[in-house]
Amino acid sequence: MNREIAAIVAGITLGTVSRYWMMRRDFRQYPSYPHAVVNHLAIGFVAAVLGAVAVPAIAAKEYTAVTFLALAATQFREVRSMERDMLTAIDKTLLVSRGSDFIEGIARTFEARNYLVVFVSLLTSLITYIVSPVAGIAAGIIAIASTKYLMGGKVIGDIAVVRPAKVRFEGANLFVDDIHIMNLGLEQVRKIYEELGRAVIIEPIDDTAREILSNVGQRQAIAHDVAMLLGVRRDVDSAEYTPLLRRKLETGRVGMVIVPIEPDMKCLIEAVKNVPVLESTFVKPLKEKAGRCASD
Amino acid sequence: MQVSITKMILAAVTTSPNRNVSGVPVFYAETEEEMVEMSVILSRVLEAVAHDMGNGVYIIVKH
Repeated sequence: MNREIAAIVAGITLGTVSRYWMMRRDFRQYPSYPHAVVNHLAIGFVAAVLGAVAVPAIAAKEYTAVTFLALAATQFREVRSMERDMLTAIDKTLLVSRGSDFIEGIARTFEARNYLVVFVSLLTSLITYIVSPVAGIAAGIIAIASTKYLMGGKVIGDIAVVRPAKVRFEGANLFVDDIHIMNLGLEQVRKIYEELGRAVIIEPIDDTAREILSNVGQRQAIAHDVAMLLGVRRDVDSAEYTPLLRRKLETGRVGMVIVPIEPDMKCLIEAVKNVPVLESTFVKPLKEKAGRCASD
Repeated sequence: MQVSITKMILAAVTTSPNRNVSGVPVFYAETEEEMVEMSVILSRVLEAVAHDMGNGVYIIVKH
C-alpha cells in the first residue's frame, strides 16, 4: 500500500471514529437514535474525507484541492442552521422549553465538532504520510482524546454551590427562602407546592458565576434539564407548575422551584449541578480592572 | 426589532361589582368559593395562571 492511500484511509477512519465518539447519546436523547446519529455520522465521514485528502493533495502539488476545505466550512455552517431550525421548531412542543441560548449552544457544538473531525483526520493523515501509519493512528488517538478534554465545558456545580431550600408562602406569594418567585392565587395550587414542591438555592461562588447565573437563557437551560431528569408535574393547561428560577437582586443568588414527579432532593441537586454552563452566557468580568475593583 | 406582548391579562374574577374592573372580561362571583372555582376553570381553559391581587380580585394571566 502506498503512502497516499495509507494516509487517506487512516485519516478517514480516525476522523469518522472521532465523530462517533464525540456524539453524546445520554439522557438528552439528542441526537436522537438512530436516524439523527446516522445523519451526523455521514456528515462526519464527509468531514473526515476532506481532512484526510488534504495532505496527499498538497504533496501532489494539487494546491487547489485545499479550496475544498472552504466548501466544507459552508456545509458545516449549514449543519448549524439545520440544527437550530429543528430544535427551535420542536421547542414549542416541550413542556419546559430549552430556550434560545441552549439551542444556539447545541447548534454551535454540532458545527464545531465537524471542524474537530477535519482536524483529527488532517493530523492523522499528515503523520501517517510523513512518519508511518502506526504513528499516524497514535497521533489521531491523542488528538481525539485532547479534543474531548479541551471541548469539555464547565457545569453549574463548578461555578456555584447548590443547596436545598424551603418552599414557603406569604399570602399568595411563593418564596424560596427569601427569594420571591411568583404570585399563586389558587389555594389548591399552593397546597401542591407546599406538599410536593422542591426548591434549591444556587449560590454563585464569584462575580463571574453571578453574571452567568443572571442570564435568563442559562436559567431556562437549568429548568429544562432538571424537568427532563426528574419529570415535571404539569401539562399544557397547568402553567402554574412550570419550574421557575428567580434571582435575588441584592446578592445574585438564584432560587429554583419545581414540582417534580420524583421529589428526591439529592437527585435534584445532582441534576442542577450537572447542567452545562452555556457558551453564550460565559463572561469574565474579573478579567477587567473595573470588574475586579467592583467585586471588592 | 420585533416587539410582541408576552404576558397578558385574559380575564378578571371578583366578588365585588363596585370595584369597576374594566378592560378585560370580568366575571362576578357571589362568594369567595365561587370566585376560586371560576378562577380554576378559567386558568385551565385558557392555559393561564390565576394570580391573587389581594383585594378580592383574581386575574388570569397568560405567561
